[in-house]
Amino acid sequence: MSADLNIILPEIILSIYAMVALVGAVYTGKDSLAPMLVWATAALFVVMGFWIGATGSGDVMAFNGMFRNDAFARFAKVMILISAAAVLAMSQGYMERRGLLRFEYPILVTLAVVGMMVMVSAGDLMSLYMGLELQSLSLYVVASLRRDSAKSTEAGLKYFVLGALSSGLLLYGASLVYGFAGTTLFSGIIAAAGEGHLTIGLLIGLVLMISGMAFKVSAVPFHMWTPDVYQGSPTPVTAFFATAPKVAAMGLFARVMFDAFGGAVADWSQVIALLAVLSMFLGSFAAIGQTDIKRLMAYSSIAHMGYALIGLAAGTETGVQTMLIYMAIYVTMNVGTFAFILSMERDGNPVTDIGALGMYSKKEPGRALAMLVLLFSLAGVPPLLGFFAKYGVLMAAVEADMVWLAVGGVVASVIGAYYYLRIVFFMYFGEDREDSLDKSSSPLLTGFLGVSALLIVVAVFNPLGLTVDLQNGAHAAAVALVN
Amino acid sequence: MIGLEHYLTVAAVLFVIGIFGLFLNRKNVIILLMSIELMLLAVNINLVAFSTHLGDLAGQVFTLFVLTVAAAEAAIGLAILVCFFRNRGTIAVEDINVMKG
Repeated sequence: MSADLNIILPEIILSIYAMVALVGAVYTGKDSLAPMLVWATAALFVVMGFWIGATGSGDVMAFNGMFRNDAFARFAKVMILISAAAVLAMSQGYMERRGLLRFEYPILVTLAVVGMMVMVSAGDLMSLYMGLELQSLSLYVVASLRRDSAKSTEAGLKYFVLGALSSGLLLYGASLVYGFAGTTLFSGIIAAAGEGHLTIGLLIGLVLMISGMAFKVSAVPFHMWTPDVYQGSPTPVTAFFATAPKVAAMGLFARVMFDAFGGAVADWSQVIALLAVLSMFLGSFAAIGQTDIKRLMAYSSIAHMGYALIGLAAGTETGVQTMLIYMAIYVTMNVGTFAFILSMERDGNPVTDIGALGMYSKKEPGRALAMLVLLFSLAGVPPLLGFFAKYGVLMAAVEADMVWLAVGGVVASVIGAYYYLRIVFFMYFGEDREDSLDKSSSPLLTGFLGVSALLIVVAVFNPLGLTVDLQNGAHAAAVALVN
Repeated sequence: MIGLEHYLTVAAVLFVIGIFGLFLNRKNVIILLMSIELMLLAVNINLVAFSTHLGDLAGQVFTLFVLTVAAAEAAIGLAILVCFFRNRGTIAVEDINVMKG
């Protein structure tokens, strides 16, 4: 029993921290403690991330296989913790200036992160569901954090209704899988399913579970909540939505597909390939007409999830490895991009209109250049890191004999490049409107933007062995998951 | 004799009614919450029926978890709905339309 508790120690520490912080803040300073809590939470996330990344080894199960700690879970957890810490650090200044910084915010983020960590470690349908719901319920509340804004509460309401629908679909699928496999354990399900094609009951259960999880990664046709929620939520919350939960949902997706249905790759890989193609194309086309940069980033994340799903659809070890690398690079780019979006303001009010970026390069050449690098990387222009991310998943698809999928990916990325380059056009050649942006007042956000852009450029040269470490980590994770 | 199939059929019918309630309802957000609840209860019937049929307790344990989470979910849904009502003064589904496109 104590061995089991040792395995989930990081989750236990974070949960206890959340509860202590909640009760402590309620009884003492309430919102005046919020800035301190944000920094403490971010620091705790970083410590946990390094602890999990540095000390974890091997492949161990806890609670009779309900919770699994392997290289895959650790890789995903490090990404989740570090990106959540980065988003928390970025949000403090923005939220404080707008009177949004309530002490519940870092606590809800902590609970969501605990849910995500359980998701990527799930070894059983029950732990999967509990992790997923802990994450989702916290995110519904965070989305409507700005209680006095019609947009924010509407975003929360939409996210809640559609999120609950997706949980219902996933759960109905899980109940069928339980009934036809006779167990809720992934190890039991994979044994009951056997090699080759699934029986009809398991197949229907699998498809319903895929629909539920596709919703969480915002893959087309389950994406309709994404633009509204991204646009309506406060910008730091949008930044959070675009990073850690996406990693966790992709991790969960891969976990269920390989741990529970790894014997029937042929059955699910076509479904995921279809989701991937639809996401890439819809994400690229629908973003073209957008003028709100947060809404545009929502479509951008739909398209990016499509690319990550290519890696999963390949159904191979290389596929999972490239998918994980894709997610790591995607998160890095998004942290930088949102650091830029968070600092877009005029007279102290946040601006999200792309047109307001007109001739931004004249006012702040350095920040415009960093944003240009990030946008080029998001579009997948070589030799930036975003190109290698796309190249990896496309090669994995080709190796798995899914050339059509890779061709679709290339075409969609060319279409998608248009709307990223449109922002660059506004920044460098647009018209200098009267309502253009103020100079950035936050060195911290500029720092995040700069570091992220720098990483995108120099990572190709393997600074400090980071790139090789990332590859090795993703490789070990993929080996742990697929075999 | 009532067998597993009968329970599964009832659950499937309830689940589909829940989904239709979500998509066809154009009036009131409370009805959406009721539809969500209906879907989760259909899942519970499924789980308990399978649990009895298989002679395995895990399904009933799962049901207890689902019930707990459903209660938490309803609480959060209603809380968000109250905030929404304070801002807009309405909870009609057709009025959830500030953001589009």
